[in-house]
Amino acid sequence: MDKMVNIFLFGKKYAVPENLTIMTAMEYAGYQLVRGCGCRNGFCGACATIYRIKGDKELHACLACQTTVEDNMYIATLPFFPLVKEVYDMNKISVNESVMMQLYPEIYACVGCNACTKACTQGLNVMQYIAYAQRGDFEKCAEESFDCVMCGVCSSRCPAGISHPQVAMLARRINGKYLAPGCGHLEDRVTEIKDGKFTDLIEALMQKPIEELKELYNTREIEK
Amino acid sequence: MYSEKFQASIKAVEAAREKNIALEPERMTAKQKEDLLAEYHPDYKVSEFSTLKIGPNKGEKVPHELAEILQAHSRITADSVDLSNPDYDVDVLVIGGGGAGSSAAIEAHEAGANVMIVTKLRIGDANTMMAEGGIQAADKANDSPAIHFVDAFGGGHFAAKRELLAKLVCDAPEAIKWLSELGVEFDKDAEGNMITTHGGGTSRKRMHAAKDYSGAEIMRTLRDEVLNRGIPVVDFTAAIELILDENGNAAGAVLMNMETKDLMVAKAKTVVIATGGAGRMHYQGFPTSNHYGATADGLVLGYRVGAKLLYAETLQYHPTGTAFPEQIFGALVTEKVRSLGAKLVNVKGEVFMHPLETRDVTAASIIRECSTRENGVETGNGLAVWLDTPMIEKIGGEGTIEKRIPAMMRMFGKYGIDIRKEPILVYPTLHYQNGGLDINVDGMTTNVKNLFVAGEAVGGIHGKNRLMGNSLLDIIVFGRNAGIHAAAAAKETVVGALTLDHIAKFEKEIADAGIDTEKVSPKLLPNYTNKASI
Repeated sequence: MDKMVNIFLFGKKYAVPENLTIMTAMEYAGYQLVRGCGCRNGFCGACATIYRIKGDKELHACLACQTTVEDNMYIATLPFFPLVKEVYDMNKISVNESVMMQLYPEIYACVGCNACTKACTQGLNVMQYIAYAQRGDFEKCAEESFDCVMCGVCSSRCPAGISHPQVAMLARRINGKYLAPGCGHLEDRVTEIKDGKFTDLIEALMQKPIEELKELYNTREIEK
Repeated sequence: MYSEKFQASIKAVEAAREKNIALEPERMTAKQKEDLLAEYHPDYKVSEFSTLKIGPNKGEKVPHELAEILQAHSRITADSVDLSNPDYDVDVLVIGGGGAGSSAAIEAHEAGANVMIVTKLRIGDANTMMAEGGIQAADKANDSPAIHFVDAFGGGHFAAKRELLAKLVCDAPEAIKWLSELGVEFDKDAEGNMITTHGGGTSRKRMHAAKDYSGAEIMRTLRDEVLNRGIPVVDFTAAIELILDENGNAAGAVLMNMETKDLMVAKAKTVVIATGGAGRMHYQGFPTSNHYGATADGLVLGYRVGAKLLYAETLQYHPTGTAFPEQIFGALVTEKVRSLGAKLVNVKGEVFMHPLETRDVTAASIIRECSTRENGVETGNGLAVWLDTPMIEKIGGEGTIEKRIPAMMRMFGKYGIDIRKEPILVYPTLHYQNGGLDINVDGMTTNVKNLFVAGEAVGGIHGKNRLMGNSLLDIIVFGRNAGIHAAAAAKETVVGALTLDHIAKFEKEIADAGIDTEKVSPKLLPNYTNKASI
């Protein structure tokens, strides 16, 4: 028998096995989840959760699917947070800091409290990537924010009303599309395919008897 | 932070590490692979399959759990819905908000169609988001679409529909270009060359990646683009039944609000099923690496209106699901860990196979190691083998893990396991639905007009096993393809009177076949309430 711990889901007490995550503990307690549950593996940001341990005054943030329950844990899930998502045409935006001033000017109202960083469920330096975005250093902003799952906890704690994940999303798209070096071998291959360079080869494979294809596969050379 | 009971085995793994790094394990012969699969792969376990009694694939075998939902009752009867006054009326209805659905919607929108997405959870709650390792494309000088074709065709046991596979490999470089232009950040060197690696069964290094967040990076970018274009996304709304018109063509879907259970009608000139996979069906009791909504809904919707399935009996068990700790049991350990040099090692510290065989062969080999060979590590939750991650740091240099597979480092780090210093425990996990609805090269089902399919719900692109990195590729190539053709077909389509007559027809088939069931489908979500572990 697993050892049990007491947790408080939205204030109500339940006894659950100590080895469960917050998400599986909710299910153990009888919740059929619809909201607040997505990939169950820490990639989608659906299960942002705020908790506090009895006796401790500080609120902590986490992903429910990635966090083991603790005794006397008060839990409130945050299955949706109304982030601001501005719309833009990637082909027409400017790729310097003016785009941030235009779309997300509130980032310049950051008071430097660092609440976003403290709250990040991925342990990212959120305030730092916002600072990079302010300066138009999108490459650094993209790198620093790369592991963001867009759960929105940072924004829920921000006194300046910044939608950090959306700012980072824009920075990453600008970096990927405009700032990262272009890829010559990719462009070449796309052109070669368009020009029909491989058409005969593929056509031949389409017609080949299975036995010949097996031979081809089983004797193919494998790059080291 | 492994407890005492693991220490003896870990010592053996550590002691053999230098020698194991230097070792170049032999690849199996075709015959060895065949024999291994027949004896150990779950797809070959006859007792786990039922024969379908009704529908277009009558007489064929599928997993018990799938047979149950394919031959279940509809959630509604025709008279519970008023078809005369649709809540939505669009050109193209996309069902599913993952990578395939989003790509389809973007291309349909680009083609000028009035398109909408319905999804039972949120846009981006999809297996796409969780794909870690990468996306294949033959864009290097030593590679070609033809070589990519042979790798995938052989890896899929020579069963792929060749015209689909040819499209997949020939459109691959263009798919990478399209994603790059949307702003997806692929790993590149300073000159812009793609940093590519092997996957299991590839003969060239053609795996493109965005660290080990490849799918997440693609998905969040596609989602952002869908939102920028103002494409309506109706979330927390499931399609529970397709609607046909009087001519037998797909013409919309009955929708259900997941929270209020209210029903709505979406009328459409063409429909794209992009509902994804089936891991949450837990075939044969396996854990899964899939997202919460992976319950084969699209297969059920299609089957009930007469669309054929192809290879629905073949599933992919990813060889390296997490076996320990329990909190992340079944979660994916990306194949990229092996691409970067980590080998599979048994309880005694022995390398028992080449780490980059195809997924089905690798999974079967791990199952053999843990069963008849009795070389598994007891985890307290079953048996497992080691994946010796510290090898990566020795081969690639210190810092390689943090730079190339940060998500893996974080996932295990939360439970006190530093994968740079300690190996991890793995066992196969239900990962991918190889089979699905049968389509032509334009993405339309072979026997229901105006019903398109894209992504994991399609069968036949990969044959009976899929290579790593060909799924992220297929959702982009066939997602875009479905969107383009669905938009074009919509222009030619005048929808006739809507009908749900197929429900009663299917009910009659159930009764005539003597199937006694209380199940309704699609399943929509798994039920995990009051279960201590999953």
